[in-house]
Amino acid sequence: MTAAAPPGTDDPPLRATGIERRFGAARVLAGVDLTVRPGELHLVVGPNGAGKTTLLRILAGLTRPTAGTVRVFGHGLGDRPEFRRELGLLSHQSLLYDDLTPLENLAFAARLYGTGSPPAAAADALAAVGLSHRGHDPVRRLSRGMIQRVAIARALLHRPRILLLDEPFTGLDAPSVVRILEMLAGQVAAGGALVLVSHTVTEVWPLATRVSVLVRGRWVIDEPRPADREAFMSRLFEALSD
Amino acid sequence: MTEAIRLALVVAAKDLRVELRSRTAIVSAVFFAALVLVIFNFARDPASVSAATLAPSILWITFTFAAMLTFNRAFALERENAALDGILLAPVSRSALFFGKYLGNLAFVGAVQAVTLPLFVLFFNVGLGRALPGLLLVTVLATAGFVAVGTVFSAMVVRTRFADLILPVLLLPFLVPPVIGAVQVTTRLLTGRPLSELAGWLRLLGVYDVIFLTLCALLFPAIMDE
Amino acid sequence: MIPTPAAAAATVRRGLAITLVALLGLAGVYVLAQVYTPTEVRQGLAQKIFYIHAPAAWAALMAFALVGIVSGLYLWLREPRLDLFAAASAEVGLAFSAVMLTTGPLWGKPVWGTWWTWDARLTLTLFLFFLFVGYLALRSALSEPAERARFSAVVGILGLVLVPFVHLSVYLFRTLHPAPVLLKPSAPSMPPVMLRTLLISIGVFTLLYIGFVTTRYGLAVLAEARRGPDGD
Repeated sequence: MTAAAPPGTDDPPLRATGIERRFGAARVLAGVDLTVRPGELHLVVGPNGAGKTTLLRILAGLTRPTAGTVRVFGHGLGDRPEFRRELGLLSHQSLLYDDLTPLENLAFAARLYGTGSPPAAAADALAAVGLSHRGHDPVRRLSRGMIQRVAIARALLHRPRILLLDEPFTGLDAPSVVRILEMLAGQVAAGGALVLVSHTVTEVWPLATRVSVLVRGRWVIDEPRPADREAFMSRLFEALSD
Repeated sequence: MTEAIRLALVVAAKDLRVELRSRTAIVSAVFFAALVLVIFNFARDPASVSAATLAPSILWITFTFAAMLTFNRAFALERENAALDGILLAPVSRSALFFGKYLGNLAFVGAVQAVTLPLFVLFFNVGLGRALPGLLLVTVLATAGFVAVGTVFSAMVVRTRFADLILPVLLLPFLVPPVIGAVQVTTRLLTGRPLSELAGWLRLLGVYDVIFLTLCALLFPAIMDE
Repeated sequence: MIPTPAAAAATVRRGLAITLVALLGLAGVYVLAQVYTPTEVRQGLAQKIFYIHAPAAWAALMAFALVGIVSGLYLWLREPRLDLFAAASAEVGLAFSAVMLTTGPLWGKPVWGTWWTWDARLTLTLFLFFLFVGYLALRSALSEPAERARFSAVVGILGLVLVPFVHLSVYLFRTLHPAPVLLKPSAPSMPPVMLRTLLISIGVFTLLYIGFVTTRYGLAVLAEARRGPDGD
């Protein structure tokens, strides 16, 4: 099923046009375009230093592009900060305070997003990842896998329609990877628009609807996800060795 | 506007909650202040300089140095697990974030001062008497401005490797007007002069607060704007 | 946008040319002060250092004001060259305030009878020195150019606003604790011939500032330009 775009518009959830980013004289991104529609998972791969994380931070409104625009449902985040509500971010860092409990962390996030009852929203979000029984332990006493679940709860707490993922599998054990894949499948099925950056294509390949390869700040491959992964891999290696 | 105030309070309350959970920083800052008071008592020749003469200077050096030690904590705690990204990602204006951090720092510094002041009275045998309301007023006026500057500077220096060294180098010049004014006012208050005589200094402190608080709120977004 | 290496090299050459002219002017000021300006009766030869001291203080203050103003422009326009200019101005200003801080005591000892006095103007330049050091220390601790530019611009603006507060509070501080008459630091009213030498020297130091900053700025632009647009 595909979630409808906001009434009266056919703007895609996320559209980036001509994104360029310089750090001093260094050009990290050199004109990147990207459009994500409801129910799509856009997989962005590339070697370290290709500009993947910078691109994701620009999409998330955390870094300002030197040139180009990012539109969330047709709106710039600078003029319409309330559209930040549509964005969720899951990265290899948890965005959590180690000294606070999962419930406190989630209630804080709920307050930032101005949801109705922060404690109730936090409890619901934690129950959804099956961690209600650890809600009152400080995050620093949780295992890596549990922290990942709280991070997922935090990313989805305000029900974003766009989910950005930055190397979400880094440092996770097999069950945690499976949990994230299940979550991603659920988001795609519910009509979410997803962008996942990773240096590897392995885990998420079957879910991806589009695959792009970023090398030195440019797409070298940008196409609907092909059926044949092996053929794609050999083209990927070719692109990387240029 | 009300939304910005709400968000600022949410951020400040979160910071205080994190602090109350570990209590490391507040306890260290209070003990630091107590130790400075003790050392100052011995860092003088009792035959030539009475404790009362030096008391106002000692109070303000202790207040400001203890405050300075606490500023980096506010943004250091946002660096673990990239928690700051979590705030910047949300629909929270950068000014609201500034005021949240500022209020958190102010509460923190106020708590340290609230513990230091009785110790100061005890150690230096100062009779506060009728000077207390005036002293509280000058403490608020002398603290409000430089805490704003400290908040802005700490947001920057935590991005460097030498945060604890660079913050004092940047911030100490900004302590000069508040410290001069506060010591002048405190000295006169402790010798029983009325507050009305000190209007000039209090006005200077007030202008410093208004200008730097405004400027810091305006400049802070540029720091977060990656 | 960062200009081409050739354009940056031309800026450096222009800066060096201005510096050369200013150095010739400095030699002229030396001759003017020694030969064509009468020696002040009470202060003796030591007074001649004034023709270096006061203009250096002027150049340091100008450098600092420009750091603050250009920092404000940077935050508004986000033009990297403005940041490079502010950094150049801070480095040159640091040098001038160091000159000011060394010549001050050399003059003060024979004239005021003490190496150092907390005169409001002397204190002000001491704080300019501290603020320059803080500004440059922060810059050296940051490596990402855009971040360094934003952060140091914030320091530049706050520093500029601080200066009048420091001056006013030190001034009030001294008014309440009058200095001994011996330590009267105010500038003596000056005969026209001395004033002429002073004004010429101020002009020469302004030119020296322009020469130094242009050179330093040109070198910074050159370094950026050589790194190339794709920054390898």
